[in-house]
Amino acid sequence: MPIEVNGKSYETDEEGYLVNLAEWDEDIGKALAEGENIEMTPQHWEVVNFLRDYYNEFQIAPAVRVLTKSIGKKLGPEKGNSQYLYELFPYGPAKQACKIAGLPKPTGCI
Amino acid sequence: MAAAPITAPPIKPYPVIPILEAGAMAGTKSFPANAQIQEALGFPGELVEDWHDKAIDKMGELLGKYRSLKVYLDACVHCGACTDKCHYFLGTGDPKNMPVARQDLLRKVYRRHFTWSGKLFPKLVGAEDLTKDVLDDWYSYFNQCSECRRCSVFCPYGIDTAEITMAAREIMDSIGLGTKYTNEIIGKVHKVGNNLGLPGPALEDTLSSLEEDLKEETGLDIRIPLNEKGAEVLLITPSADFFAEPHVYSLMGYAKVFHAAGIPWTLSTYASEAANFGMFIGNYGQMQKIATRVREAVLDLGAKRLVVGECGHAWRAAYSFWNTLIGPFDFLDPNYPVPQHICELTYDLIQRGAIAFDKSANDKYVVTFHDSCNVARGSRMGGMPGGQFEIPRAIVRAVANKFVEMYPDSIREKTFCCGGGGGILTDDLMEVRVKGALPRMEALQAVVDSDGVNFMATICAICKAQFSKVLPYYKFNMSMVGGVHQLVGNAIRLGPK
Repeated sequence: MPIEVNGKSYETDEEGYLVNLAEWDEDIGKALAEGENIEMTPQHWEVVNFLRDYYNEFQIAPAVRVLTKSIGKKLGPEKGNSQYLYELFPYGPAKQACKIAGLPKPTGCI
Repeated sequence: MAAAPITAPPIKPYPVIPILEAGAMAGTKSFPANAQIQEALGFPGELVEDWHDKAIDKMGELLGKYRSLKVYLDACVHCGACTDKCHYFLGTGDPKNMPVARQDLLRKVYRRHFTWSGKLFPKLVGAEDLTKDVLDDWYSYFNQCSECRRCSVFCPYGIDTAEITMAAREIMDSIGLGTKYTNEIIGKVHKVGNNLGLPGPALEDTLSSLEEDLKEETGLDIRIPLNEKGAEVLLITPSADFFAEPHVYSLMGYAKVFHAAGIPWTLSTYASEAANFGMFIGNYGQMQKIATRVREAVLDLGAKRLVVGECGHAWRAAYSFWNTLIGPFDFLDPNYPVPQHICELTYDLIQRGAIAFDKSANDKYVVTFHDSCNVARGSRMGGMPGGQFEIPRAIVRAVANKFVEMYPDSIREKTFCCGGGGGILTDDLMEVRVKGALPRMEALQAVVDSDGVNFMATICAICKAQFSKVLPYYKFNMSMVGGVHQLVGNAIRLGPK
């Protein structure tokens, strides 16, 4: 089921994850966030951008603890925990933030 | 998610058999695997044209190979003892989620093609043809079974529905009908070495970040070694332990145990997964291919002991199947169990006084223990009957002051599945997962109310992920669930003795 952004259509999989990672831009991120009922704030973008950077380097999203540590360093230690991330992304930082960042869904027993 | 919200069934003070809701879950289907995922495992990419004949042929092949399957399909007398024992039936009320009804989906086709009475008088013996509707039912309901085997405990003949579900999934895969969740993951293990698809450099980065965290927490250089040749122990653990919470706390707990006991250990990139989803889809070849990575890694690294981390079905695969799949292990140290569960290792160290604890570190918790089905009903620990129940509990008691049991019919060999096992732990089956968790949530609620339980310890990555997700649907805090070695890690005494 494709999503429409700025008059262009982008392919997503059956769970709404972007199929072609290279197509992602901020507008697509916003559209994907809208589908999740999330209004993107600078804090949301901080997480999404970190996920994309990490993915570019390692071809996978970061482990939750790696993510919380990095966010804690950037936004302050009181925000370096998964509770804060769940406030931003209620369905879970790993899956929901990955979707908005245009990354594939992490799989496994998580 | 955009889908309609899922409502958890109300928690009742005692278990009640639900009012039947025929067809309630018929439309709840796991996403099918696409051609790319299927073909990577050697399965047809889509439903083959002659699917009916192929399915019957496959059933015949499995009946010839597994005598258990034939016995289970023949032996049922429809006594009804199993009907109210399945958590998915109790949570959904759908009669096809009764174990006997689930079995009958396969049994009726078996009777039609493999018994003389079913061939001659199908209507008299409940024999039916494999129609497209029946196949649809197979896909729905054999993917709403977590292969937890609770029903088999209550069956007077010991019929194991899990074996029937596995056979059904194997037949479906062989005609091109697999599920995305299980089969995509199996493909990742073959390609990358773990369920997550976590490549070597990312694993290395993650582990060194965790070592930093351990240093910060304890002031000590507690290592999480990777690919270290000559280490005594190779630890095979679910990749979720690297990636997710609360799993990662158990990984840090294992590291502290090895550190405190002075046992050189290592993880392997090549075999960075304990899980074996080949078991969930009933495919011996896939199961063996996944397990072979473990044999290759232990030989390559020259480890003398094989230890398995907190993963329920991995322990069943390791304890019950590794020897035939990838054995013999005559090159490993015979003074230790082969393989050894991390709980056996920790328990042994406690018995010998090699590690000690400050139990007050867990005083904020009133702990209960959730037995994971594949450990409880598919394996053993400690070489004694019931060791798989006693050893994890003994560890919890050694590291925490307050421990409370849930009601007897919900623990040990009668434990209720978390609702996410057996290949069900996927977002597209969230309704099945939430409703299937009901019996465990009711048992938990009772000890929360009576004893103030605020921590449910378990030794399975699936249980941890499933509970983290479904606890909030029942108004519990998601951080109420965690690993036994999370508690161990909190209380263990480190540093110079």
